[in-house]
Amino acid sequence: MNTIVLTKGVPDFREGQVSFDEDGHLERGKTPTVMNPNDKHALRAALQTKVRHGGTVSLMSMGPPGYAEILREGMEDVYAEELYLLSDREMGAADTWATSMTISTGIEHLEEPPDLIFAGFKTADGETGHTGPQTEWCLSISDSLPDYPLISHVVAIDIDEDERVVRTKRLVEGDVSEIETVETELPAFIVADPEFEPTYRRAEYRLRHKELREETRTRAAEFGEYLDDDTDSDPTDWENFHMWGHEYLNLDPDFIGLDGSPTIVAGVDPIPKAPSEREATVVEADDGEGMENVFEELAPYAGGD
Amino acid sequence: MTDEYEHFEAVVVGAGPGGAAAAATLAEQGVETLVLERGVDAGSKNVSGGLIYAEKSASYTIDSVFDGFREEASERPVSEYYIHNLAGGKVKTLDLSTIHHHDTEWCDAVLRRKMDSWLAERVHEKCSETGGGLLTDVRVNGLLREDGDIVGVTCDEIDPIRADVILAADGVNSELAREAGLMDWDDPDEWFQGVKAVVDMDPDAIDERFGVDPDDGVAHLFSGDLFEGVRGGGFLYTNEDSLSIGTVFHLDSLAERRAEPHELLDALLTHPLLDRWLDGEYEEREYAAKLVPDSKKAANPSPHRGRLLLVGDAAGQMQAQGPIIKGMNHAVTAGGLAAEAFIEARTRGDTDVAGDLYERKLVDEGVMAKLRPRRYRMTRRLSENRLATKVAGCLVDSLLGRTGMKLLDGVVERAFNSPFLLGMVPDTRTSYVTVPRVLGETLGERIEAENDIEPPDLADRIGGLTYDVGDPHIELLDESHEASGTAVTACPVSAEDFGGGCYRSETVERNGDTRQVVSLDTQPCVECGTCAVVADTHWEHPAGGNGVEFRDG
Repeated sequence: MNTIVLTKGVPDFREGQVSFDEDGHLERGKTPTVMNPNDKHALRAALQTKVRHGGTVSLMSMGPPGYAEILREGMEDVYAEELYLLSDREMGAADTWATSMTISTGIEHLEEPPDLIFAGFKTADGETGHTGPQTEWCLSISDSLPDYPLISHVVAIDIDEDERVVRTKRLVEGDVSEIETVETELPAFIVADPEFEPTYRRAEYRLRHKELREETRTRAAEFGEYLDDDTDSDPTDWENFHMWGHEYLNLDPDFIGLDGSPTIVAGVDPIPKAPSEREATVVEADDGEGMENVFEELAPYAGGD
Repeated sequence: MTDEYEHFEAVVVGAGPGGAAAAATLAEQGVETLVLERGVDAGSKNVSGGLIYAEKSASYTIDSVFDGFREEASERPVSEYYIHNLAGGKVKTLDLSTIHHHDTEWCDAVLRRKMDSWLAERVHEKCSETGGGLLTDVRVNGLLREDGDIVGVTCDEIDPIRADVILAADGVNSELAREAGLMDWDDPDEWFQGVKAVVDMDPDAIDERFGVDPDDGVAHLFSGDLFEGVRGGGFLYTNEDSLSIGTVFHLDSLAERRAEPHELLDALLTHPLLDRWLDGEYEEREYAAKLVPDSKKAANPSPHRGRLLLVGDAAGQMQAQGPIIKGMNHAVTAGGLAAEAFIEARTRGDTDVAGDLYERKLVDEGVMAKLRPRRYRMTRRLSENRLATKVAGCLVDSLLGRTGMKLLDGVVERAFNSPFLLGMVPDTRTSYVTVPRVLGETLGERIEAENDIEPPDLADRIGGLTYDVGDPHIELLDESHEASGTAVTACPVSAEDFGGGCYRSETVERNGDTRQVVSLDTQPCVECGTCAVVADTHWEHPAGGNGVEFRDG
């Protein structure tokens, strides 16, 4: 069972990591890049498949060469064997359309078409949720690949290898949340929901999981050494890492990157901070009168009421 | 997709020393072995006072099963062993080295998280080669039966597993032993409760204050008038860079006197005698507690049923005779013997006889004789009789007794060091309280020091532990004060007038009636099992990976 997980590097929006300028615009240079948090669920789905059914897991991303670090991080999570980075100046500033074109072409260039393609539910920066389904659409018009039926919002996966059938549970959220069971033949394209939970109900799965963890630790450390080695600026000579540009993929620069993106961002309106519901007065410790007021304010509460 | 249950030749439940020894022995003989441990890591659920022995007479010792154990997994060796009899500000110290070294090849202090997780790595390696391995975060919750026969185990996290043999090394509160009807929680007098603090201390300070070499250590025991008359005593063992200081009491005595275990521990910690080692400094790293079976009463002479064999605490195999406390070594021996029994049965082509073979081996290899000494059984009826206890107590306390003690100075030390005499020490107040007290008063030297250290309170101790309990795992069946009130005091993480513990006393008014009841919150539970014995509960362990996680243990 061979799978590939699509992932993206995004600004780390966590408190203390992200930086905004005075106008509320994201300062990209000062904000570290991390793997899109929602992609972790896709990784867990792929890992479950690998643990329960064997085979290989590949990771693919599109972005600057620095994204190799994101792939290394992903490798540790999903025990992946092969890493693919689609990286080229011509691919820069792509919208979801151009990205999907590029990614689907990358998938066409894999040695063998994967049995399952996994993507996460929308990215933390764009929040569109388009790239996964659009990539699936691009694949569906590809001559060299089989059809990949799309199942989104997947929270549980069960695969029957003999029958080549994947049975999934999807979370359908409306007025009430429902769980829907959807079954399709392999290959398939699966978008994991943030509620996805892997299940390992057999001891053999858990033993295999443990074994893979140990194997991967060595492999990821090896890749990390390549990345950290300043004297060796070309990590692509690491046998499991593949960096592909538009020429290798035979993509016309007019159809990828900024030029291939029909979406135009007209402007960005920062969302103003919600006004505080409490009033605050700053009192310096050496302000005698101010401190007296503080004590007067606090005194009624001192009784423990 | 397969609906068939998985099958392993052997399933070992619990990755403590007993389970580890059993699994390693099985795997070395090529038996496909799966070890299931409910903690996030082996050792994270385990607490012990902290001494592991290797007995010369034992057929399996921890270092005979695991090469490099002493170098990698244990703390300091214990070459000196003392007991301090305390009374009225005086202390009479006896050197127990003779009994400590009797039949002892070596003895090391241990911290269980470090020790058990080291063992687990070796066990996993060995078992992997047989097609099995060791899994953490999996709680075995019952026995899989077919036509009434035990054929495997059921678990919270994974589907049922079939096995030719199930070795339950799942500790003092073994749910498997209880489900099979081989152990119960009925009698408080079959149990001890141990409470322990691991205390930070710089290795150089340990060397200096205890007068030991950097690679050497010491054990001190305490008894006498410091524990409010509760039957039991205290201990202090030196680790690499910490001390294990704790108390062990008979659960029936603890319950009857409504004593608070953490206060008794504090009574030891703040005793003036301890100033010579603590020197005004006290940094508590971890507070822990556990129930300890008293093998004299609780060791099951026939610890098997069908394919299920019990090992270690699960079978009550914990020897406490006077000042000698040995548990882990017996678990190791029993684990090895249980594995041996299965391998022999398999060779004979009849794995169902493993249980009988195991039972025979426990007797033939002398394990049962250590766990349930005949001398104790014979003298018990007389010496634990209330009247006899009273008479003996008065006698020791009388002028005659005291003069006798004086005359016997020296002989007393010899008596304490006799394995023969210790085998018949009765579990009465005379042995635990009166004799040590009179010894201290009559022969003791005055303690001049002052000890003003302040141990953390119960709230801080609970706050220092790591928990993720999940759903409540203990159900209070009878909330009346009469049935379950003792849990409020006896539970090591509860106390009267303390709202942050597991058990609380509450007064409720209903229809004009005022009633005293007990309420339960399992969040701070350390899974010791005390309330399973002293209160009316339905007691289970939390699911795999949940509940308290000890870092030292």
